[in-house]
Amino acid sequence: MGGVQSALNPAGPQAGDIATLTWWFLGVCTLVYVAVIAATAWAIFRRRAASDDSPETTAWLARGVVGAVGVTIVILVALTVSSVVAGRGLTSATGSEPVVVDVIGYQWWWEFQYRSSNPSEIVNSPNELHIPVGVPVGIRAISRDVIHSFWVPRLHGKRDLIPGIETSMWIQADRPGVYRGQCAEFCGHQHAHMAFVVVAEPADAFQSWLAHQRRGAPSPSNADQQRGHDVFMGGACVMCHTIRGTTAGSRIGPDLTHVAGRQTIAAGTLPTSREHLARWVVDPQAIKPGNRMPPNPMSDADLQALLTYLETLR
Amino acid sequence: MLLALAIAAYSVAACERESRPFRDLRQASSQAQGQPESPLAAGGPSSDRGVPSPFHNSGWGQSEGKRLFTAYNCSGCHANGGGGIGPPLMDDEWIYGFQPGNIYMSIVEGRANGMPAFRNKIPDYQVWQLVAYVQSMTGQTPIDTSPGRSDHLKPHTAEIIQPYQGRRQTGHK
Repeated sequence: MGGVQSALNPAGPQAGDIATLTWWFLGVCTLVYVAVIAATAWAIFRRRAASDDSPETTAWLARGVVGAVGVTIVILVALTVSSVVAGRGLTSATGSEPVVVDVIGYQWWWEFQYRSSNPSEIVNSPNELHIPVGVPVGIRAISRDVIHSFWVPRLHGKRDLIPGIETSMWIQADRPGVYRGQCAEFCGHQHAHMAFVVVAEPADAFQSWLAHQRRGAPSPSNADQQRGHDVFMGGACVMCHTIRGTTAGSRIGPDLTHVAGRQTIAAGTLPTSREHLARWVVDPQAIKPGNRMPPNPMSDADLQALLTYLETLR
Repeated sequence: MLLALAIAAYSVAACERESRPFRDLRQASSQAQGQPESPLAAGGPSSDRGVPSPFHNSGWGQSEGKRLFTAYNCSGCHANGGGGIGPPLMDDEWIYGFQPGNIYMSIVEGRANGMPAFRNKIPDYQVWQLVAYVQSMTGQTPIDTSPGRSDHLKPHTAEIIQPYQGRRQTGHK
């Protein structure tokens, strides 16, 4: 029942409703199943008596059948109604949403964009969604290529990301923690490696995280970092990635302004570490075949300098 | 029997055209593009290196080229092949040659009057994917591998967005 990605281990009101509904369905259906099997066994093993054709027995059996049909109808209607009521309660947001996040799906990673009326304060947090605890968070989901599906089993059900259409939902985490999410609609080669983490934290921690994300990257402070910076800006990296505060501003790949501060790289594929970054930069196709990042053969000295620079991007 | 054989043969050939050599990309991304001749000048006379494009027959390579054409903002000057700031790519007029090697050199070295040099900015195999796509625009590649025309170039809106424009969906899965 445990685990960071189990719908049976709910951490929010909606996932809680879904889990309750699941258990009720399972319980009721199990009872009905046991009753039907018992009745069948009784019918098989019961001896046929001489009085079976008497009007009293026939009437008694007919009442039994009518009663069973009635109970079946009542149970089915009750389950349907409870399912619809729970579903409506989950989808329609009640009251205001203090935080609204745009979720943008790409093959094969996620972009979480925090809205702001000031364009320079819009925050991009690829593959890591931070939310404040205890308040509804609005999700506005679109896709840039194919259909994806946003699913954090411990917080809510699935919601598809459809090209050309904005879908919406809201989620809420009741206690701080790290929850794992996963694309739930087959979207190509690396569908299985399209994961993300949801970090739920108290409101003040969330606000300080947001304020930190709004800051650009620090300038290189020594020769090694400067060399790494130059490798980044002079090579293929700059064609696809953004590092705010520098001249790198492409929007094809994930924003790397705070890449070393995130828990995972490559959409939940590897935990962030210098070694994993090195393997990923040099040959991403060996780790996640088919992803859109090209391999980057480079000299060892250049690679080490680049890693040193990337590690300053916290 | 003959039909089954024919279908099998065709399937095998079709597989070849769709194969995606992800494992080989590391070798293919070595940037054997040389050093720039000067910080400013565009490349020298157009030389066809005599190499065939490795993605000439590849449906995957061409469609990747099509994606990169927009991603790397080739479309910023060449539009969707019809040209604009830069020359059109879908006509039969080639200033610097139409052979795959010519197109490769134009991308890597840049050309006078505004075409930037992408030397060491784009890995080798992606340059070849772009070459394959540019060739497909003038019908130089097999028609069964060439990517289709994009939805936004069609005279009507894609069916999937028509009924929903300006409306938020709340249906759930």
